[in-house]
Amino acid sequence: MSTSSVSINDHAQQRRSFILVVCCTLIGAAAQVLIKKGAGALGPDPTMVQAALAMLLTPALFAGYSMYGVSTVLLVLALRHGQLSLLYPVFAMTYVWVTILSVLVFHESMNGFKLAGIATIVGGIAVLGRGKPA
Amino acid sequence: MNGTPFSSVAWVLGASFFGSFGALFLKIGAGKLQRSLASVVTNWRLLLGVAFYLFSSVLFVLGVRKGELSVLYPMVSLGSVWTLFWSRLVLGEPLTRAKFVALGMILCGIALLGLGTR
Repeated sequence: MSTSSVSINDHAQQRRSFILVVCCTLIGAAAQVLIKKGAGALGPDPTMVQAALAMLLTPALFAGYSMYGVSTVLLVLALRHGQLSLLYPVFAMTYVWVTILSVLVFHESMNGFKLAGIATIVGGIAVLGRGKPA
Repeated sequence: MNGTPFSSVAWVLGASFFGSFGALFLKIGAGKLQRSLASVVTNWRLLLGVAFYLFSSVLFVLGVRKGELSVLYPMVSLGSVWTLFWSRLVLGEPLTRAKFVALGMILCGIALLGLGTR
């Protein structure tokens, strides 16, 4: 195999990993909305046991955590072939989707502090992915 | 809906703390993994890691019951800060300057979210 075809394969692999991580952020964000919906429907002052049972028995919570599981598996698959330092900042897109969905679905308000906070955390996660192992 | 009660923030930050032990034990367990199903099922470190994640999820559900998702979800990122500490203390991974910068940014971001939800 010539070196050029190797680099093309490499490029295709990196692209696939990128798309996989974007999918995983979308599924992960949708999962959070379902979890919030399901948790909000719990009765007043639930115990830990009631909350744990609700994760299995409340459809929104069960679906939310199932999707969370799927998104985690996708992330692991993507990280097997892609570079962590490139994919980690992409993964932080989850925060952007969750913010947009919180406003659209739950009509949460936005202000400068919140937007700055979310942007700073996304930046922090991106820097974390760049932290070389040695 | 506006505002996030302090109890919700406390539950979610608690969830991030226990979740970081999930990450730690998964990492230790994964290092001892062999290519057989038995080695996965009998790997108590992996199982303990999963248990920590499940416990952390229960705390997250209790926290996100009230308050704003746009504030509470990003606060889970405090888990990365705990994980940096355990990686240093237990696994002996070096704390690089990039990790320190990331740690500071995440903490600042969480403080800003706290200010924004009053």
